Amino acid sequence: MWHTKMHDHDHQAVPSDPTLRVKALESLLVEKGLVDPAALDVLVDTFEHKVGPRNGARVVARAWVDPAYKQRLLADAPSAIAELGYTSGQGEHMLVVENSPKVHNLVVCTLCSCYPWPVLGLPPVWYKSAAYRSRAVIDPRGVLREFDTQVDEDVEVRVWDSTAELRYIVLPERPAGAENLNEEELAALVTRDAMVGVSRVPPLGEKA
Amino acid sequence: MNGIHDMGGLQDMGPVQHEKEEPVFHAAWEGRVYGISSALRAIGKWNLDTWRHQIELLPPADYLQMTYYERWLKINEQLLVKHGLVTPRELATGTPDPGSAKAVPALTAAVAARRLGRRIPSSHDPEVTPNFKAGERVRARNTNPTGHTRLPRYARGKAGTIVRDHGVYTFPDTNAHFQGEKRQHVYSVSFSARELWGEDASPRDSVHLDLWDDYLEHA
Repeated sequence: MWHTKMHDHDHQAVPSDPTLRVKALESLLVEKGLVDPAALDVLVDTFEHKVGPRNGARVVARAWVDPAYKQRLLADAPSAIAELGYTSGQGEHMLVVENSPKVHNLVVCTLCSCYPWPVLGLPPVWYKSAAYRSRAVIDPRGVLREFDTQVDEDVEVRVWDSTAELRYIVLPERPAGAENLNEEELAALVTRDAMVGVSRVPPLGEKA
Repeated sequence: MNGIHDMGGLQDMGPVQHEKEEPVFHAAWEGRVYGISSALRAIGKWNLDTWRHQIELLPPADYLQMTYYERWLKINEQLLVKHGLVTPRELATGTPDPGSAKAVPALTAAVAARRLGRRIPSSHDPEVTPNFKAGERVRARNTNPTGHTRLPRYARGKAGTIVRDHGVYTFPDTNAHFQGEKRQHVYSVSFSARELWGEDASPRDSVHLDLWDDYLEHA
């Protein structure tokens, strides 16, 4: 039996000025030798400039043009993703789930904000929001409609709730009209939202 | 703990607000809080499960009102005090207490850069035997632990099918409270939407959860 105390937290909900409060905290932690500000710079720079959904888009495009790569990706995503130079910062295991004419996959974390950082970067606000986390499991088709994504009744919607240390990436269907595009041009079509499963990669000539 | 963080199935949270061209961080302080969280966890006084549970302990009204990184800021402050790394006075003044010891940062820039390129450790462990195998029918236990758990309320008591054995992982329910890693198999378990939500749900749809051995029983 756990002994969680409901009364041991204070109730200062919203910081009056988070900028000042964080500055004060960082300077205290640096002075006490607990934090190296250069390490914070590396982390911020990494997620602002280096790691983001463009990584995932290149993985998807490679899977579209190279059937052997796609098989490796579906069988062992971390290794296949590492082939393109993207490695985990979190020690998490990644899984790729494939959309098809019969199955539409949707990823959520109902308990917090689990998300495949190495290929998609840090999650957007909507992914972490109460609205998305609460309804993605009970009303996935309604949530999809809010992203203008219609899924036919005869298609299975398969929701992946990231409750453990596995992280999910959706492999969207290659859009119609993209047969002649090369890998780089294909990667430019792939959006973060399509890799979370809230949208598709639209046929060429249609606006996303 | 049956807290507000366990949101799956709530229906009164409004439409999803989708921001176009969203920045990674909406203000510079969010990035600093992100970095501080990683740097402090590297010290090793708490683990990711402890950290998640601290967020769950925020009062529900605060949890809903705070932005994501406001929660992170708050719970890092709480963990620093709880684990004796910072005194309440230091937090209030922003200055080290006279005579306080000076540590050496666990996370340097070089370590941070190296970690981002780290390969994933294997979840393969032949020493730990699985209780279930792919294809078996299971039921998520009807349980209401008051500590940290990764078994959402909406799945408890529901029957599903093991789709895949993911290998062996640390058990968050004990690890969050420093009661051991209790490593065990984690499975992808498929639940039909109708099993979870009743006859109004689509007959085709399903929800997959990743569940530890201790969360499951034979159905």
